[in-house]
Amino acid sequence: MSLRVLPVGDDALLVEVDSGAAAESLHAELVRRRAAGLLTVREIVPAARTVLLDGVPDPVRLTSELTAAEIPPAPPRAAEVVELPVRYDGPDLADVAAHWGVSAQEVARIHAGTEFRVAFCGFAPGFGYLTGLPASHDVPRRATPRTAVPAGSVALAGPYTGVYPRASPGGWQLIGSTDMVLWDHARVPAALLSPGTRVRFVAVDAVDAVDAVGAG
Amino acid sequence: MTDRALSVVRAGALTTVQDQGRPGHAHLGVPRSGALDAPAAALVNRLVGNPPGAAVLETTVNGCALRPRCAVTVAVGGAPCPVTVNGRPVAWGAPVRVPAGAVLDVGPAVSGLRSYVGVSGGLTVEPVLGSRSTDLLSGLGPAPLTDGTVLPLGPEASAHARVDVAPQAAPPAELVLRVTLGPREDWFTPEAVGVFTTRAYRVSPASNRIGLRTEGPVLERALPGELASEGMVLGAVQVPPDGQPVVFLADHPTTGGYPVIGVVRAADLPAAAQAVPGTPVRFVAVRRR
Repeated sequence: MSLRVLPVGDDALLVEVDSGAAAESLHAELVRRRAAGLLTVREIVPAARTVLLDGVPDPVRLTSELTAAEIPPAPPRAAEVVELPVRYDGPDLADVAAHWGVSAQEVARIHAGTEFRVAFCGFAPGFGYLTGLPASHDVPRRATPRTAVPAGSVALAGPYTGVYPRASPGGWQLIGSTDMVLWDHARVPAALLSPGTRVRFVAVDAVDAVDAVGAG
Repeated sequence: MTDRALSVVRAGALTTVQDQGRPGHAHLGVPRSGALDAPAAALVNRLVGNPPGAAVLETTVNGCALRPRCAVTVAVGGAPCPVTVNGRPVAWGAPVRVPAGAVLDVGPAVSGLRSYVGVSGGLTVEPVLGSRSTDLLSGLGPAPLTDGTVLPLGPEASAHARVDVAPQAAPPAELVLRVTLGPREDWFTPEAVGVFTTRAYRVSPASNRIGLRTEGPVLERALPGELASEGMVLGAVQVPPDGQPVVFLADHPTTGGYPVIGVVRAADLPAAAQAVPGTPVRFVAVRRR
């Protein structure tokens, strides 16, 4: 894996790699090293093609360590899969279907048939950027962002799927909604999704979902 | 029954509960948050005998007024301002005893922006992920104060500091921010990097706890297109498409897609937190330590 280490301020490093998959491998390896006591750092923040290490006591030494490091190509898969029941009823489902050149039902079938992985988090506490769809299914952001996207909205932008943990403005294409609580700071862990988590969306019938909420 | 609490008589423009924030959760999209002028918050805690991590109030521009339900020791620091108890002037930057039921008024900042109110025992609102800080980006922690808000207090410290007044740095007439360049200075033309580190900027009124926005010469990009989202640090100087640098403060987003031309030294950020709109800003390039 080719890897470039960029200094950030006095005590952080941005480690840049070639692809999202490489960033996920690098992130898994850095988390493993920290857990093993081999890496001292305050924050490990994965992103699209980088991992930020913040709060590094000796950035110069860590830079040479990382430059010489062997990063295993693929991290071991976490065993557990988080399942998110989804009603594929979003207002942008037809637009996404048009981008993909398929029917709305086919969008739901493809999306629910894909295993996703949380590449990184950001935007809001508990918001994961999920990868798994093929590159041919990238979609643009909406030209005009919505001022209010409801909590639980399942949305697409670029190569990513995300679920809005709370109501917020947003420019992603909304394809469905879930009742799962993505973020609850009274819960341990607060975030349902964290980097590396495997995720499957499970299509539920809109009528069944309403009944389930009524029964609960 | 002891009623260790205080009620908010006048919330002010924006008054929030702050402590040392909640670092360590950036990978979940959780900002660090915490007092913007961290040394001022630590000082008022020391003055009232609290540990440095106790929660204090951070005011903005026009202070706040509080009525404790029990006798408390308070100290006001950060932005200098008039302080009164039941209308009588008392010391700024020193411990002051406020009787139960009296009104402590923290007046408008004479200079600077943010005053800090430390209260003996600390504010003991429910912590979120180990911190009581209000995070204005993501809405974690207690909501900003409103008139009538009641804030619980912890047990009083046994002793407060014995000082008449604690010296504190005056808010700057000109804000000089030392920056190390990168990680994305190569996204800008060499001329833009030169402009950034030599020309004068001004603090924009659109600044907040998320970022110190500046106005000045536009920084031209060398590379078009978009940077993939990457992790952001405190003090990062992000340059959005309008070419005007934004210095990330405590409530900054944990990832961002605009290139970071440089990073401001942490030691210079408390002064940035006190710079009023219109304050001249200079970014001075320094070598990485």
